[in-house]
Amino acid sequence: MHTELNAETLNLNLKHKIKKDTGEDIMLCYQCGKCTAGCPLNDEMDISPNQLLRMLQTEIPDLEEKVLKSSTIWLCLSCETCFSRCPKEVDLPKIMDYLRSESMRQNSVNKKASDIVAFHRSFLSTVKSVGRLYEIGLIAGYKARTFHLLQDVNVAPTMLLNGKLKIKPPLIKNRSEIAKIFDRIKELEEKEK
Amino acid sequence: MSRIGVFVCHCGENIGATVDCAEVAKMAKDFPGVAFSIDYKYMCSDPGQTLIKEAIKEHNLTGVVVAACSPRMHEPTFRKVAAEAGLNPYLCEMANLREHCSWVHYKDKSTTLKAAELVRMLVEKVKLNTPLYPIKVPVTKTALVIGGGIAGIQTALDIANSGHKVIMVEKSPSIGGHMSQLSETFPTLDCSQCILTPRMVEVAQHPNITLYTYAELESLDGFIGNFKATIKLKAKSVDHSVCNGCGECSAKCPIKKIPDEFNAGLGTRPAIYVPFPQAVPNKPVIDRDNCTYFRKNGKCGLCEKICPTKAIDFSQKDEFITVDVGAVVVTTGFDIKGTDFFPEYGYGKYKDIITGLQFERLASASGPTLGEIRRPSDGKIPQNIVFISCAGSRDPAKGIDYCSKICCMYLAKHAMLYKHKVHSGKASVFYMDIRAGGKTYEEFVRRAIEEDEVNYVRGRVSRIYEKDGKLIVKGVDTLLNSYPVEIEADMVVLGTAGIANPESESLAQKLHISYDQYHFFAEAHPKLRPVETNTAGIMLAGACQFPKDIPDSVSQASGAASKVSALFSQNELTRDPLIAFVNKNTCVGCFMCQSVCPYLAIEKEKIKAKDGSVIREVAKINPGLCQGCGTCVALCRSKSIDINGYSHKQVYAEVMSLFNERSLEYV
Amino acid sequence: MKIGFYPGCSLEGTAREYNESLKEISKVFKIELEEIIDWNCCGATAAHSLNKDLALALPARSLALAEKQGFNEIVVPCAACYSRLFTAYSELNSEPEKLEKIKEIIQIDFKVTSKPINVLEFINKYIKPDLKDKIKNKINLNIACYYGCLLVRPPKLLAVERYEDPMIMEEIIKITGAKPLDWAFKTECCGAGLSVSKTDVVNKLSGKIIDDAINRKADIIIVACPMCQSNLDMRRKSINTYLNKKLDIPVLFITQLIGKALGLDSNKLGLQRHFVKVSPELFMQKGISSDSVSNKIGVEV
Repeated sequence: MHTELNAETLNLNLKHKIKKDTGEDIMLCYQCGKCTAGCPLNDEMDISPNQLLRMLQTEIPDLEEKVLKSSTIWLCLSCETCFSRCPKEVDLPKIMDYLRSESMRQNSVNKKASDIVAFHRSFLSTVKSVGRLYEIGLIAGYKARTFHLLQDVNVAPTMLLNGKLKIKPPLIKNRSEIAKIFDRIKELEEKEK
Repeated sequence: MSRIGVFVCHCGENIGATVDCAEVAKMAKDFPGVAFSIDYKYMCSDPGQTLIKEAIKEHNLTGVVVAACSPRMHEPTFRKVAAEAGLNPYLCEMANLREHCSWVHYKDKSTTLKAAELVRMLVEKVKLNTPLYPIKVPVTKTALVIGGGIAGIQTALDIANSGHKVIMVEKSPSIGGHMSQLSETFPTLDCSQCILTPRMVEVAQHPNITLYTYAELESLDGFIGNFKATIKLKAKSVDHSVCNGCGECSAKCPIKKIPDEFNAGLGTRPAIYVPFPQAVPNKPVIDRDNCTYFRKNGKCGLCEKICPTKAIDFSQKDEFITVDVGAVVVTTGFDIKGTDFFPEYGYGKYKDIITGLQFERLASASGPTLGEIRRPSDGKIPQNIVFISCAGSRDPAKGIDYCSKICCMYLAKHAMLYKHKVHSGKASVFYMDIRAGGKTYEEFVRRAIEEDEVNYVRGRVSRIYEKDGKLIVKGVDTLLNSYPVEIEADMVVLGTAGIANPESESLAQKLHISYDQYHFFAEAHPKLRPVETNTAGIMLAGACQFPKDIPDSVSQASGAASKVSALFSQNELTRDPLIAFVNKNTCVGCFMCQSVCPYLAIEKEKIKAKDGSVIREVAKINPGLCQGCGTCVALCRSKSIDINGYSHKQVYAEVMSLFNERSLEYV
Repeated sequence: MKIGFYPGCSLEGTAREYNESLKEISKVFKIELEEIIDWNCCGATAAHSLNKDLALALPARSLALAEKQGFNEIVVPCAACYSRLFTAYSELNSEPEKLEKIKEIIQIDFKVTSKPINVLEFINKYIKPDLKDKIKNKINLNIACYYGCLLVRPPKLLAVERYEDPMIMEEIIKITGAKPLDWAFKTECCGAGLSVSKTDVVNKLSGKIIDDAINRKADIIIVACPMCQSNLDMRRKSINTYLNKKLDIPVLFITQLIGKALGLDSNKLGLQRHFVKVSPELFMQKGISSDSVSNKIGVEV
């Protein structure tokens, strides 16, 4: 029997939220493990991709919480290897995208993933203020967020010499438009809440 | 004056819960011509049937309308009841209150009114029904078996041994099918050829069996008991009545590098060849697509020169013969997906990734390595071998949705055979589930794991690539917290999906039988009629219906043979007389009907004057072939064709009955 | 001929040589790459990791601007940008509701008609047909063509033939005389966006790729993605430290290789900008001709 999709179950089960939001059906997974076998990051992950899907299938709140707190969702590179080989065509990268934003929303981001989140955040704040990626700004912001002050000091001088680093940020003309896009999305999100 | 009886059935809750059956019976009483009307809980039950019989006699009824379920379900039941009460069975009709009314509407007054109108229509029709008598047709007691694999062989032998004639048609130069390619068979590990070849010889020598190899069905006409099959006998280019099978020609043929079908592409064969040493018939054919004589306008001809019996005949042409048969059994088998199908396993570019069928040939004593397991690329004996199940099966994304059923078992057997032949070797099987449902099958798989120490790993292989002469197989063990498993294999065997034959669709069209979404032939009922098709007189056996192993194929073959024997136990068949007939007086002889008849049942009849001169030609229906589909009726411009039991008048009366005093209420 | 051009951020910075070489070879074929005015960052991994609306809105703005400029096609040389732009292009084309929402967010009305094409599609369509006639220096190298992830996956969306073993680059470079190698890591991931935050992962994944290319006797690796190039080239020192090996195979953009085959100057193609030295002998030793590569700068590995 199918579980009925009402407001109550939607609140409870992550797999139904995923279905509603992304259209991806977790129940299609039959645990063959092919995603994990091909995943370049499996060694680093605390939950392997196929087990993550299995955990979501169970609807057990403890396991759902573990998924949202896992490092796995942040290590996924969206390389799409799993999806391109999945015999059941489960779009795992799309599910990972969803789980990341849900993890942020619930303040459940894995501690080990804080560097990754910090990098994404610096990246986006650079884009918000400049319109394009500005490596020096990005790295500076990332370092300020993570205190990895010495990382990459060895490559930076060569990058500069090779002409690969720009000192001046590549400002676009209508920067305010970009900032407004960020603001409108924030507004929308708050409305949805 | 008609005296019609109306019998309204509640079908338990099926009709009774939605339609007020008592009310329908009450209303029916007032319909013109109705002499008796009653409702009852289960009209098909014994008391229900008795009720009808008694009413027919008591009220002297001239027609019966049973308002109940679909005529598909119970028309034969109620017509039998009518006949037992002395009424012609074709004066009994059914109004379908279940599928056409109660199941598709809510409970409402209008639903009951609709039910009453359905009854009224049938009452009007039955008034015009005339007594009809079943048609009797003779049965040709010869069966046509298409396909000479194990299913075909078993079917043919069973039918022939019950005393009936069999014609077997096999498209390749020898019978034997896939089973002849197998090494040893699960779960007993007996040699496939050893148990098969005696049966093949029996087919060839059986007085009741006529065998046509290198032949295909061209077309099939007719109907159950009376089919006409046209068979194409492909030119063998060798006169088999003269050839003594010495094999001189094959040995000397200069063309040697043709991929050998029998060895699943692992070996080569000449252009004039016998597929394998135990072939039946054990005489060669020339593969004209690859023969120099045919490709280069008569150059070569070496075989002709050296043949001691002068059997080579390059001038042979394809021949067509027509045979009369009473039943057809389709046993055309299956095909498998090739290794080039799998992107993540290298698109077929690695020679040492082979199919299960190729492994059978490697393990077979008659194979290219004489039974030694040697890998195709360099002939080395693999020390580390990997088997992958579900290669294409259970893979809706790229392959097929279904489970091919035989792979779990044959891969266990392969791993076991490998371990028996290469004692120091390591064998692993990647699997998702082990499906070993069959007599002593589970025990067989456990034996592979426990006694032969085959390494079973639960997980699907993500990728295989070649590195320094090894095949790197990347998987995980999902029973070990998805621990990565990377095996440096010397050879990989894919348990590739069993699929329908590429020609199955066109064969189905020739036979007028249906097939499923995967192009396997469809059985008439998945549980209760598993060896019959929807076309009467055509049966199925073996893997052309779905992948199956030898025991299942053989059982199904015996089942199909018994259906044929049952059919042949009668001298004539009885058919419903609901067929078309022509009014000769009004037919203008345009023969439009002839051009649309799907059963080729319409002939020309000459109307002659007293002196014998032809006045005109009119259409004539062959009652043996007509299926009563009505296509000709719809097309006839002079309205000269009608169908027994569904005449223009009857159908018109049904429809017109809806325009009555109550019609306005519905508007 | 003019065609729309979305350089993307890395072609302005870390992958300047990709930009330079692409423009140089286009010039030879009289194709003008016209930049989308005021284009913005596609959002990269960061946007689709954190917010799916942002992941659509950022590329959508550039698509809308390109449409206003009247481009039917936009060349997107960066594989990562291409993936983001093409995903937005397909999703907005097939889901009208999403398009309405995004138009509201970016405040531009558009119909999603400018189609992003990647550099391989661009070369196949506009360069390959006449390439043979314009070859000046036959390339005589064994080459490992590296595709990475985003040029071939997801195959359903990108409709790439043989996505596990693509042959597009191989077919192109064969024309230059080069020998493409059959190797195993063509489409394995290099570590991509984890370059800064998880350098060890990049060392491991990229290391395997470089190792396999060298084992199969490749002289150079060619790529069509700035992220792959920077992981395989810029991170080489840390990869070598991680592997405790000294791997010195150069990693060139396919456009640079074509440029060399067309007889263009190495400095104009940005060959001096690589971390792993592209030695002048590379094209001289085996090839028919070469020019001097300014290699004053470059890290010894």
